[in-house]
Amino acid sequence: MSGVTAEPPVTAAPPPSTEPGRLGRYVTGAVFLAPAIVMLGVWMVYPAVYTIVRSFFGQQGFIGTWVGVDNYKHLFTTSTLVTAIKNNAIWVAVVPAFVTAVGLVFAVLTERVRWAVAFKTAVFLPMAISAFATGVTWRLMYQQDPGLGAINALGKTISGVVSPAGVLPSASPSTPALQTTSSGAMVLKTPTRPGSVALLGLTAIPPDQVPGGAAQAVKPAPKPGDVVGTVWRDFKPGGGKIGVVEKGELGLPGVTVELRNAAGKVVQSTKTQANGTFDFSKVPAGSYHAAIGAATFAKPFGGYAWLGPSLITPSLLIAYIWIWAGFAMVVIGAGLSAMPRDVLEAARTDGGTEWQVFRRVTVPLLAPVLSVVFVTMIINVLKVFDIVYALAPESTQQNANVLALAMYYTAFQGSGNFGVGSAIAVFLFLLVIPVLLLNIRRFKREV
Amino acid sequence: MAAAASAIEIPAPRDALAAKILRAIVRAPVQIVLAALGLLWLVPTAGLFITSILPASALASKGWWQIFSKPSLATWSNYDALFHNQGLLTALKTTAYIAVGNTLLVVVIGALAGYAFAWLDFPGRDWLFIVVIGLLVVPIQMALIPMFRLYDKVGLFDTWYGIALFHTAFGLPFAIFLLRNFFVGLPKDILESARIDGASELRIFVRLILPLGLPAIASLAIFQFLWTWNDLLVALTFGQNTTPITVWIAGQLREFGTSIDIIAPASFISLVIPLAVFFAFQRYFVQGLLAGSVK
Repeated sequence: MSGVTAEPPVTAAPPPSTEPGRLGRYVTGAVFLAPAIVMLGVWMVYPAVYTIVRSFFGQQGFIGTWVGVDNYKHLFTTSTLVTAIKNNAIWVAVVPAFVTAVGLVFAVLTERVRWAVAFKTAVFLPMAISAFATGVTWRLMYQQDPGLGAINALGKTISGVVSPAGVLPSASPSTPALQTTSSGAMVLKTPTRPGSVALLGLTAIPPDQVPGGAAQAVKPAPKPGDVVGTVWRDFKPGGGKIGVVEKGELGLPGVTVELRNAAGKVVQSTKTQANGTFDFSKVPAGSYHAAIGAATFAKPFGGYAWLGPSLITPSLLIAYIWIWAGFAMVVIGAGLSAMPRDVLEAARTDGGTEWQVFRRVTVPLLAPVLSVVFVTMIINVLKVFDIVYALAPESTQQNANVLALAMYYTAFQGSGNFGVGSAIAVFLFLLVIPVLLLNIRRFKREV
Repeated sequence: MAAAASAIEIPAPRDALAAKILRAIVRAPVQIVLAALGLLWLVPTAGLFITSILPASALASKGWWQIFSKPSLATWSNYDALFHNQGLLTALKTTAYIAVGNTLLVVVIGALAGYAFAWLDFPGRDWLFIVVIGLLVVPIQMALIPMFRLYDKVGLFDTWYGIALFHTAFGLPFAIFLLRNFFVGLPKDILESARIDGASELRIFVRLILPLGLPAIASLAIFQFLWTWNDLLVALTFGQNTTPITVWIAGQLREFGTSIDIIAPASFISLVIPLAVFFAFQRYFVQGLLAGSVK
């Protein structure tokens, strides 16, 4: 049991030394085996046979009416079940490969640090936790509101650096003269010339979003040679005239205003004062447009919908890999430590780089262990249930559907279709049969 | 592992200190990456724990990391409330019954059968063992519907022992496989001399096999305990009012946001026992894992 690979050394059971006679041996064997045979017969063999037969019969009752392969047709034509098959295919395509690769990398890296035990414990920890509790744990991580979900909080921090939110994320123009362009900027349609006043009125700014230090808005007097104007909150409690700077309306300070020429090119830009006024000085004669750049209105990062319909399966895969990486690491690590050191040393002495040794010697020698991890993960992934049940909210469980979940819901929820439920179970069983045969062949070879 | 830095030529190995420093520099990135990954792996569980000790009012608008700026928020009141929650206490008791009862059964039945397959000779032995190996990977789904019906008929539905028995059956192939392979490797002469001395098979089993097989039995027991403790599907199918902790928490999931002050601490309680078992018996756990990863 110092088990190096997943196959413990199996040697043929030795022949008995005493010969109590054929009948006696039979009885002794039977006595020791009886409890196991009863349990396996009643709880596994009988149900398996029943389920196979049941899958050809109708929805209800002990056996139902003969429907032939209709249940199987149903399995491949009902959209929720097809989703389950597709999702299971994604699970099989992604998880075993990732888990094996991550486990291999971790196992190799931990060989070279002294505190490997601490690292291994941290990574292995999720293995002891139920897949159900993991689902709850990750649901917490995946909350969409960046204030609540740790992953989106991280996303918000990063996006705050890369593309920070604007001063007025929710503002919209107060008059049709101010138009929102496709880039998100707002441009005053009426052209301005030096000596004229540009009024840029905004609404839909909640009081708590009004920039600090805002004062009563002021409409500046025209200045020859300059384009002047105001950006203000064109709203006061109880109404007021749209497009007119009135008493009780606040200027919006700190907004970046641009002066664009006829070609749309920004020729000057400035920031507004506390009363909302701005002044482009010494503007050459011509026709211009006053505009507020898109950055002012940039929305803050709202978080990705990790638990939403399109991301739910990737989210589940990540959480699942988080659980099983430790398993792969430990099994592969045991394989590594049992590897003949002299072979590795020889390869290194011959001048192989670390990468070459890893690629040409370590990995091929580990191949049997890697394949055991890979196959184990295929089996696990085919039967995946708990984590989907716990992590996917009801609203997206349909999108995250997998065969085991579909089987449970089909057979035991709502009207309860035992026929289709059995067909799903048999389908799952068929998928694991290659592994079943592989195990038997391995045993036969060893005896 | 002396040669982690061998990719870089170290010209004068005599200068041990310089070589050491150089190696440390080469290894530094690996150390940093591993430290980061290790921490990353702990974040979700740590997040669950911190969430469980924050009051619901604090969690309505801010995530668990607020505790770093306001440690005074931490409180045991969620746990206090839970330990006065009859539903949770009953669920914990049910979980313990199922997990312990099942583990005992699997160990006893599995050891008996493992011994028979390893050391008794009877007709059809290898053939039977092949059946056991075949049963190793049979999905639980193959038994849910028939046993649901049968349990209903014989009164096992919605009982903790019904759930425990189901787990026992599905744990047995692995148990027999693991123990048989371990027992086969036990020293043959000890057994033979016991037989020659006229010891009965039962006596040999109890006095020799069980003590000698303790490491494997410990691995198996830990595995079986964790597997049952952590189960959701079986209990969901065969229980209605008999709910272990996972099913009890699942019943609260519909209001994930508003019941988080129940869900988080309850989930944490549900994983404390497995974690304790894991830390206490880590060695056996890993051994069992290595021996049994064909499952």
